[in-house]
Amino acid sequence: MALDQRIIKRLETAVGKKHVLTSREDLLCYSFDGTFAESLPDAVVEAGSTEEVGAVLELSYKEGFPVIARGMGSGLAAGTVPYGGGLVLSLTRMNQIMEIDPDNMTVTVQAGMITGDLQTEVEKQGLFYPPDPASLKHSTIGGNIACNAGGPRCLKYGVTGHYVQGLTVVLADGRSIRPGGKTIKNVTGYNLIQLLVGSEGTLGVITEAMLRLIPLPTQVRTAVAAFARLEDAGLTVNAILKAGLLPATLELMDETAVACIEEDRHLGLPLDQEAILIIEADGFAEDVVRREIEAMAGLCRDNGASEVRVAQDSKERNELWRARRSVSPALARQAPNKLGEDISVPRSRIPEAVRRLKDISAKFGLPIVIFGHAGDGNLHPNILFDRRDEDQWRRVQEMVEEIFRTALELGGTLSGEHGIGTMKLPYLENALGRVSIQVQQRIKQALDPKGLLNPGKALPSESIM
Amino acid sequence: MKTEEPNKSGPDEGRPFAGLEPPGQEQYLHCIRCGACDSVCPTYRQSLRETHSPRGRLFLARKVLEGETEFTPNLIDQMYSCLSCEACAEACPVGLRPAELALELRRLDQQLHPARWKDLLFNRFLKNPALMSAGLWPLRLYQLLGFRAAARALNLTGLLPDQVRDMEGMLPPIPGRTGRHLIPRSTPNQGEPCGRVVFFLGCAQNLLFGRSSEAAVRVLAENGYQVLTPPDVLCCGMPALSYGDWRSLTDLARHNIARIENLKAETIVTDCATCGATLKAYGRYLEHDPDWAERARNFSAKVRDICEFLAAVDLKRPRRPLTGRVTYHDPCHLGRTQGVRTQPRKILQQIEGLEFVEMKEPDRCCGSAGTQIITNYEMSMGVLDRKMDNAAEVEPDFIATGCPSCRMQLTTGCRRRGLPAEVVHPVELLDAAYRDSENGK
Repeated sequence: MALDQRIIKRLETAVGKKHVLTSREDLLCYSFDGTFAESLPDAVVEAGSTEEVGAVLELSYKEGFPVIARGMGSGLAAGTVPYGGGLVLSLTRMNQIMEIDPDNMTVTVQAGMITGDLQTEVEKQGLFYPPDPASLKHSTIGGNIACNAGGPRCLKYGVTGHYVQGLTVVLADGRSIRPGGKTIKNVTGYNLIQLLVGSEGTLGVITEAMLRLIPLPTQVRTAVAAFARLEDAGLTVNAILKAGLLPATLELMDETAVACIEEDRHLGLPLDQEAILIIEADGFAEDVVRREIEAMAGLCRDNGASEVRVAQDSKERNELWRARRSVSPALARQAPNKLGEDISVPRSRIPEAVRRLKDISAKFGLPIVIFGHAGDGNLHPNILFDRRDEDQWRRVQEMVEEIFRTALELGGTLSGEHGIGTMKLPYLENALGRVSIQVQQRIKQALDPKGLLNPGKALPSESIM
Repeated sequence: MKTEEPNKSGPDEGRPFAGLEPPGQEQYLHCIRCGACDSVCPTYRQSLRETHSPRGRLFLARKVLEGETEFTPNLIDQMYSCLSCEACAEACPVGLRPAELALELRRLDQQLHPARWKDLLFNRFLKNPALMSAGLWPLRLYQLLGFRAAARALNLTGLLPDQVRDMEGMLPPIPGRTGRHLIPRSTPNQGEPCGRVVFFLGCAQNLLFGRSSEAAVRVLAENGYQVLTPPDVLCCGMPALSYGDWRSLTDLARHNIARIENLKAETIVTDCATCGATLKAYGRYLEHDPDWAERARNFSAKVRDICEFLAAVDLKRPRRPLTGRVTYHDPCHLGRTQGVRTQPRKILQQIEGLEFVEMKEPDRCCGSAGTQIITNYEMSMGVLDRKMDNAAEVEPDFIATGCPSCRMQLTTGCRRRGLPAEVVHPVELLDAAYRDSENGK
């Protein structure tokens, strides 16, 4: 449904003429996210405050047009692509820190703040916001919360949702609620915060968040271990965790991922090995952290690592992480398109998951590159292909189905940290079961009775009751 | 020249822009829209709008090249809102160069819609040094370039009062004598002879900062180099490149190569970041010209920025200690484009008595990009304000930078903010430290 001039005028009154975009060029620039999906919105507004978001949603509720909330559009599940048009509600202008409270160890931020910028600010005060999605420099806190983003450090520190202590949320009709607060314990009422975490903009629009902070570790050591056999790397992950060690991160990359990094950054990583693990230990006592990283390095050797290197300084460490974060996009050097999946399995099943993914690749004749957060069981199999080739695209769709089936058979799930968006929607019922979907549809109905908030995302819109 | 006229017979069927020189799909096809470029782009960080981001521009370019959207004035404007700072290329994990693609689209626009003012400016004006110096060119140049924005708005006096003030603030006192009058064709080396270099005197340095280039030549001579400064070189071609006029760019390149080749020098030195970046790319601009490709490659291989050159030689020790605190701004065309980052700092740190302090984000674009103060005033000033926040924090006496365009912009920034710092070329400070007194300055 197109937005007529009358509605555009009302939007201009709500957020200012300058912040309502309708040119074809603007609409094109808000038609995509971090996937290959595209669909034009009817208009874009750039909201500057919770009140403005309220006014926009009130209008949407009254006039019946859909609203798709969007941060920096780096999502990997087509969760902010405006299928069927509607209004894209950009929150990037809302990028201020409202308060850092060192006594209660919280930070209150607007939803459009870039996560990496937030981390830099709180770290100046010796405080730490651990969640570290690879996109941390180009994704927003609001988007991270709406997708419950993870990252390498989640193995030790937990995901975004574990740090959300309070929210300001504008509801479908324009009213707002502020669940949570500065208390650490709170069982007063249903836990609306955790309902909204990961809701992908389908239940309300998050405009502000109060986040829990912890002390910033002062010591970090990083090691890289190379394995001739991919499965040995998987076994090492469990060996380390069973030995009573809790690394900050335990990242796996297969040989194609390593080759991509080397092509880009020339770090001297081994190219003739099937996999590498990046392992990090952090804490506050230098000798403890050193002993931990050495113990983990020893376990790598015991489990078949051909080479183990401990990074000597922060420069080497930063290079390594920059490289790790660039793996997913750097794969694009290899093929015009890539489809990055996000399955999560119980971590004891990692070796089996890796083997079965390789089998799927061989069966369909398209490369699957595997990397991910092996320590918490979250893997990112990336299929490389050329979307313009119809046959390849058909095979990709079949492969995705098999990948999901594999994850579920191993006791895992469809998505660990990217979200469902639209791309995983067809597989949701298999993962959750009919009753669970029905319950979720009722929740959706209660909070968004007209179905205007990011319609068609995260949950099947047709009733299966 | 006539052979390079665009084919006006219209695009071939199914392929837009056939017959012209559209950028190849390798420049956009592999973009996976991750957004890594957005976070480092000064125009995105200023406007927080996807349309002003490298990812957005690349997407628009792709859509227009694939025939899925019109090549509208607004779309072309987005290609011109890019500051060409190349931060996106540095951030792109796929190895794409969105800023260069924006330049390619400007080129395509020029091929499709040749603008008369561009022909006047680049083809006649830039190729005539006498006209340029006679005409107090910066004012003329800016006036002319301003036509683009102004003509579109059909409102020539539509400049904001602050904008006029800031534009005036940009210009240094127009010197009575240009660099060409100050610098002889040949400057003899002092002391032990080390070799012979050609000094490429760029337009902005010549016309606005002649004394600064004079100092650069003096420093080269002081270090044992005979310096040849050919007076008949023309503009390096960057303004033509930024406005998509490749015909003028390549004409200028051929002219400069022919003039300088004759001098048989091992090295071509320039004190302008933008000229250096352009001269070093002549090899690429002329790679498809069979008569010139090799000559251009050889020429480009000899080009050095003056700080790059001086940092590689055994520099003579300065005699006179200076006093004050200096910070350094990396011009995009020097730091990112040429990879010259450590050398200017090394030179500044060698000067006794001068305290070198790094500012935050020293390599973030200052927002000048030549003419953005006219064409994208608000954006340009927003980007500049962030730069000045960072500079003011270290309370410098001098802000050193090796680019005349940055220098004008930073001078504006100092005035807007009331920051009592002097904006200088790093080599000017070295020159001051070489001399016993301030004579001639």
